[in-house]
Amino acid sequence: MRIRDLMPLGAVALAGTAMMAGRGTRPPPAGTIGGKVTYTGTPPKMKPIDMAKEPFCARLHAAAPVLTENAVTGPGNALRWVLVYVSAGDQGSAPATQPVRLDQKGCQYIPHVLVLQPDQPLDIYNDDSTSHNIHPLARVNPEWNKSQPIGAPPIHTKWEKPEFIPVKCNVHPWMHGWHLVLAGSHYAVTGEDGAFSLQGLPPGKYTVTAWHEQFGTQSQDVTISGNEAATVNFVFKATPY
Amino acid sequence: MRLHARLVAFVSGLGVLLSTVGATGGSTQESHIGSLTGHAAAGKKLYRRYCIGCHGPDGDGAGENAQWIDPKPRDFTLAVFKCRSTPTGTLPTDEDLFNAMTRGFVTTNMPQWLPLTGQNRADLVAYIKTFSPKWKTLKPGAPITVPPEPALTIESVLRGRQLYQKMECWKCHGPRGHADGPSAATLTDNKDLPIRPYDFSTGSRFMCGATNRDLYKIFMTGLDGTPMPSFADDIKPADGWDLVHFLRTMQPLKTPELAIWSAWLASHANELKPIGPPGSGQ
Repeated sequence: MRIRDLMPLGAVALAGTAMMAGRGTRPPPAGTIGGKVTYTGTPPKMKPIDMAKEPFCARLHAAAPVLTENAVTGPGNALRWVLVYVSAGDQGSAPATQPVRLDQKGCQYIPHVLVLQPDQPLDIYNDDSTSHNIHPLARVNPEWNKSQPIGAPPIHTKWEKPEFIPVKCNVHPWMHGWHLVLAGSHYAVTGEDGAFSLQGLPPGKYTVTAWHEQFGTQSQDVTISGNEAATVNFVFKATPY
Repeated sequence: MRLHARLVAFVSGLGVLLSTVGATGGSTQESHIGSLTGHAAAGKKLYRRYCIGCHGPDGDGAGENAQWIDPKPRDFTLAVFKCRSTPTGTLPTDEDLFNAMTRGFVTTNMPQWLPLTGQNRADLVAYIKTFSPKWKTLKPGAPITVPPEPALTIESVLRGRQLYQKMECWKCHGPRGHADGPSAATLTDNKDLPIRPYDFSTGSRFMCGATNRDLYKIFMTGLDGTPMPSFADDIKPADGWDLVHFLRTMQPLKTPELAIWSAWLASHANELKPIGPPGSGQ
């Protein structure tokens, strides 16, 4: 009998002891992997987008032009829009059924990086008073291209297979985003502070991967043995071009 | 000597037999167009003679002529096709591929392949489908329903013109269909290569055919792999014919649509709002 087979027995025994002590059952051990994504070097400057060809959107951003989002940084060399996920060792979880939402608003994709799981419902909204076309440049999944004019209802769709899919609008060439379809359910996308936290990981050996659309991919191995919080940091080498 | 020749003939015959058995093993090795059944093994030989120069030995569109060609030859390994009767994001039918090969692609280097027999073209369709594993796992989409074309009226043309404005076709195709809309210059295909929108002053042929029905299917299914999206979710099936009738008026031909449109314009020109962004002239 392997250790893994004995574990449920151990859990039952533990639970029994706890109940005798009158404290109820303990949750199964679950660790956390957290950390921060930063960069060294010089990342490109995010440029203001000229939306003059789309007067509706140009007016929306008249006060402050929207900046490109392919290398967004924060204080302390933090790197934004980095996907951090468990790429190996994920022990499986129930499929995600909660719909995820993509907005086309002010001629931008919100969010810029959208993470979802296979078959998870995806709802795409056009909140603008202009037409968009949504063109996911999928390779593993089928590539499609749909128009969504002013006031059109949301597009309900899904992705069946794991794939990192660039998405663009051909009418507004500056509109660029990502649909990251992951087989596992442990993932996070960094914000302005570059921080991430992957929670609820049962004991095991994991590979944690960080992906940035311009600076590439990095992986580190982490072992979780109980309720601990492991720290993993990623440093990307940024180049201006 | 004679025995040797017989042996060779027997062995090669066995080889043909085996490859035929292999070819009938899966539907991806065959094509079915009407009463024709195409076989990939036969298509391979034809491909290596007629198609390989542009589409390449691996079907990835990287043949030795490809560097001189724009737009680039189709990459069959992606299994993404422009001219389909099926919805966007689905594989085309065998007949769609057969028809595309037969008529060629106007404004590109892909010629009409009418000189090949129907059986030849059916064989080629079967072979083209061996370049992507998607043909093994996915089925072609169900062809869209095209309602019968209603009678041509000036009201239909005018409704079509409104659709051209509302769906913002002019953003790429331009207010007069001359491919000079504000987004025309920045369009790229699914390989990030520059691509031009269709110019309606080109002539009688569209990218996927020359009939009203072909035109209807183009904007309803979209041209996958290009910036041309599907409007199936946005234009009601019956209204699609209005757009067809209007698009026909933009061609440099004596179409019935143009005749009815010109007659109406002669007395109503000042009632028209220009196509394009608010405040633009035409």
